[in-house]
Amino acid sequence: MIVPVDWYMALAAALFVIGALGMLLRRNALVMFMCIELMLNAVNLTLISAGRAMNDINGQVAVFFILVVAAAEVVVGLAIIVAIFRRRTSASVDELSELRG
Amino acid sequence: MVEAILFVVMGISALAGAVTVVIARNPIYSAMGLLGTLFSVAVLYVVQLAHLVAAVQIIVYAGAVMTLFLFVIMMVGVDKEESREEELPLQRVMVGALAGVVIVAAGVITVVGDFDWVPAAATTITEDSTNGTVQAIAEPLFTDWVLAFEATALLLTIAAAGAIVLAQFKRQRS
Repeated sequence: MIVPVDWYMALAAALFVIGALGMLLRRNALVMFMCIELMLNAVNLTLISAGRAMNDINGQVAVFFILVVAAAEVVVGLAIIVAIFRRRTSASVDELSELRG
Repeated sequence: MVEAILFVVMGISALAGAVTVVIARNPIYSAMGLLGTLFSVAVLYVVQLAHLVAAVQIIVYAGAVMTLFLFVIMMVGVDKEESREEELPLQRVMVGALAGVVIVAAGVITVVGDFDWVPAAATTITEDSTNGTVQAIAEPLFTDWVLAFEATALLLTIAAAGAIVLAQFKRQRS
């Protein structure tokens, strides 16, 4: 192993932080969704790297499951965005306040 | 040596894609940045011998999910202006301070506390045991994790049904 696992962890942490920042800074629901994908990918990278460093194939199996759940999440999330857009003609999350108590 | 070069090149490419996702004004550019990140991360998977996961990443993420994203971006419209003015400036400062505290704490734990985030392998590391071929992934998937595997099948069915219900066009009843 030439590249130490710490480097992969650092790269994944950077990707996760960028995704979290996008989640906080952007208001477009679609871009926020992409930032969630970014964070999921960062976590997947940590699982693969840690699985390799700890000599355990189950890290890759966990990534497999995360991919399936992410795909299901994207399908439902985008369907919700499309349904909202039909009513509101806007993808900005700041304008969605109908459920406000 | 090859791994080090690939790590640097693909790491920079992944970070550049991630930054593009966040700062691009046009959602299409954000989607392209995400696509670049996904491909770069897939290469990093291959470097770490996770061959099947890399292939699934390309097919499912870069293929299916990104197509869905681009489809919805085209449908919702790319020319909508997004307001960048902050209506809650105090909260941005608070989140920034919190993030700074977390980063400093993690640095102190790592450097001063000499903490290993990834524990050392219990067994001697061999290339074979983490070589992610289809057979190597399928064996734990269909023995140890078969219940979770069946649950994901149910999850995907529910997600597909939910998407159909949500996207159904309801006509106004007069």
